[in-house]
Amino acid sequence: MLRFILNRLVLIIPTFVGITLVAFLFIRLLPGDPVILMAGERGVSPERHAELMAQFGFDQPLWKQYADYVGGLLQGDFGYSFSTKKPVLTEFMSRFPATLELAVCAIVLATVLGVAAGILAAVRRGGWIDQLTMGTALIGYSMPIFWWALLLIILFSTTLGWTPVSGRISLMQFFPDVTGFMLIDSLLSGKPGAFWSAVHHLILPTIVLATIPLAVIARQTRSAMLEVLGEIYIMTAKSKGLAPRRVVWLHALRNALIPVVTTIGLQVSVLMGGAILTETIFSWPGVGKWMIDSISRRDYQVVQGGLLLIAVMVMIVNLTVDILYGLINPRVRHR
Amino acid sequence: MHLRTILLAATAAAALAAGAAQSKTLVYCSEGSPEGFDPAPWTAGTTFDAASRTIYDRLIEFKKGSTDTEPGLAERWETSEDGTEITFHLRPGVKFQTTSYFTPTREMNADDVVFTFMRQFDKDGPWYEYAPGIAWEYFNSTIASSLQEIVKIDDMTVKFVLNRPDATVLATFPMDFASIVSKEYADQLEAAGTMEQFNVLPVGTGPFTFVDYQQDAVIRYQANPDWYNGKQPIDDLIFAITVDPGVRQQKLVAGECDIIPYPNPADIAGLKANPDLTVMEQEGFNVGWLAYNTQQAPFDNPAVRKALNKAINKQAIIEAVFQGTGTVAVAPLPPTSWGFNDALTDDPYDPEAAKAELAAAGVSDLSMKIWAMPVQRPYNPNARRMAELLQADFAAVGVTVEIVSMEWGEYLAQSSAVDRDGAVLIGWTGDNADPDNFLGVLLGCDAVGSNNRAQWCHQPYEDLIQRAKVIFSEEERKPLYDEAQVIFKDQAPWATIAHSVTTMPMRNTVTGYAQDPLGIHRFVGVDKAE
Repeated sequence: MLRFILNRLVLIIPTFVGITLVAFLFIRLLPGDPVILMAGERGVSPERHAELMAQFGFDQPLWKQYADYVGGLLQGDFGYSFSTKKPVLTEFMSRFPATLELAVCAIVLATVLGVAAGILAAVRRGGWIDQLTMGTALIGYSMPIFWWALLLIILFSTTLGWTPVSGRISLMQFFPDVTGFMLIDSLLSGKPGAFWSAVHHLILPTIVLATIPLAVIARQTRSAMLEVLGEIYIMTAKSKGLAPRRVVWLHALRNALIPVVTTIGLQVSVLMGGAILTETIFSWPGVGKWMIDSISRRDYQVVQGGLLLIAVMVMIVNLTVDILYGLINPRVRHR
Repeated sequence: MHLRTILLAATAAAALAAGAAQSKTLVYCSEGSPEGFDPAPWTAGTTFDAASRTIYDRLIEFKKGSTDTEPGLAERWETSEDGTEITFHLRPGVKFQTTSYFTPTREMNADDVVFTFMRQFDKDGPWYEYAPGIAWEYFNSTIASSLQEIVKIDDMTVKFVLNRPDATVLATFPMDFASIVSKEYADQLEAAGTMEQFNVLPVGTGPFTFVDYQQDAVIRYQANPDWYNGKQPIDDLIFAITVDPGVRQQKLVAGECDIIPYPNPADIAGLKANPDLTVMEQEGFNVGWLAYNTQQAPFDNPAVRKALNKAINKQAIIEAVFQGTGTVAVAPLPPTSWGFNDALTDDPYDPEAAKAELAAAGVSDLSMKIWAMPVQRPYNPNARRMAELLQADFAAVGVTVEIVSMEWGEYLAQSSAVDRDGAVLIGWTGDNADPDNFLGVLLGCDAVGSNNRAQWCHQPYEDLIQRAKVIFSEEERKPLYDEAQVIFKDQAPWATIAHSVTTMPMRNTVTGYAQDPLGIHRFVGVDKAE
């Protein structure tokens, strides 16, 4: 198992180098000059333009800029945002807990409901439960996030008044950040109602962000379960007279979970994409919105640093999934 | 416990917490995050609202809801006869805010004023580059080229010495970059080696004291009990950052915000119909236009430009593009500017006359490009749609239009080029109340190849705006600007299209808010009924 993990870790190095290159080139390949964009309609004189380009180091040849960037990374320096003048790492770390908190809640919700729905649909194959579950999953998968979010806000927040429209906690709750995770900080604050307010604010964004992964996981679980339920060893288990519940949960589910775990791992990167829209709509101060703003401003160092940090997080999740995969399926770790 | 029970319990707890607070809180759902809290290095209106207009004051202020000015931290000022010296007499007894991170030991004085400007002017000073890549764009593009030195006469008197007479300098003192900062606080940070905090933990003399900023989420302020104009009626001011306009609207309707900026034009009718809300409207201090390239044939002929202007159905554009939230622009200045010539009349919409005038100018089978901005701006909420309407209008007079668009940075750069092909949709929002900020900055000969996208350098016009620039009296400047606008209308380097109407929806409980023509959102004098 240790060898398996080490192999996976070694594979991370070329991936990491590739990401630095992609992140560096991606933002520079986009048309548009950061200094001109910063000046907007006001314009900037050619002299001032040259001065600012030199100040930000954008006048250097690309290879030099890349070398400086990688050199900085090796010393833990992700550079500075040219729009806020703050270190990229500080900016990222102040926003990442919000994204992580939302993503964890969303993936937990998507996994629990998605797996349950998938099993139910597989066991009741062809019946109305199957049709309903898969039909709903298809709608969920096809739903534009921003539209779905606004529908939920109009129904649950504006019309019924059950949930807040946006934000992470009631504006009347004010306490210092300790961990950046609102659920934890609200508990630590000891303020009455703070934790429930944080939970209350998480409900709609979690549902919205979980919708697509939930649909994908449900469909994947159903198809994996159907495949496994048709295997000879399942028929053997049934013919031995085992209780149907025991056959499903003990014999079928463990094997069906292997592709499902992979799907869940892949959904984490999908979540990062969904987080951009969800965070924007729910005024959720995470990294998704920050990255979009930075791309439109051509804030090179934020985009390359932010992409890299997000990629590292996704790599960690993928590594975890690989390890889990190895634990669930011994054939993988012995290969 | 049922989900609904949990939700109701949470709502009740939140309501109890709110009730316990007892203070009067105004929630403004702002449209974005501030870049920082030092008022000088930034250029975004969002930052100005969150920093300079809440925390800081200036020597001269815009009157509430007006482009007129009034004394601020300077009680009075005078200019020398030759127009090269401006002397400010400071208001005594003004206190900087006391916060958890700074306690002032003295009142505001000339040292603070000198420091405020010198940190942006003195390239060798320790504050000129106190954060990586920091730049003083507004200072550099307004006052820097005219400024020679800043002299402290005594503790309460400061003199600005100019290298040439320049009346437009005076108009820059109410601008955000000229917000007065504390030298004592700056010295303290410099000594501690934490200069970057100047942009994070602000200290000013303004109506509200900074309390806390949760990145991209909430900014909190308290009314400054020591403000020179007295404590504000509200105790706490909260900026709840809500980027999506649809969500801002829902928050306002749900009572989570008291006031919101920039609603979706399509939502305004619904907001007006809501009995719990008041929707204020005002003409924006901006203008959107189509700039011909006056250095290229056939647009080098004023008769051709004027003929094309007559082909444009501006009212249809106002209805289709602005959905009613705009007005037809007659001049390059907004009507709320003191320099606006209200005797001007617009070219009539008359396609037949346009066709005849084009033929008379020897133009037939004309093909041209119209550049459509790829971004949304108050002065042009949908440039692509506007370009399509222009395309149809011009087709009706026999002119074929190809619409081009590109990434915004490229658009800005390429549309400024002197040899640019075709006419460009663009616009401008005033930085200050001086007419030169439109008439000089956008149409002066100096601006050809940059902000003057019509590439229009017309000497009679240029002479008038240069003469006006060195006269300090508004009464004497006004006739010169009136005449310049008549020349503009006659020469038609642009087709002036529209001024936006700015809309501010708010709960009926909000009182005392006045819309600002310059687009500033400030909360001085605002109260909230219980």
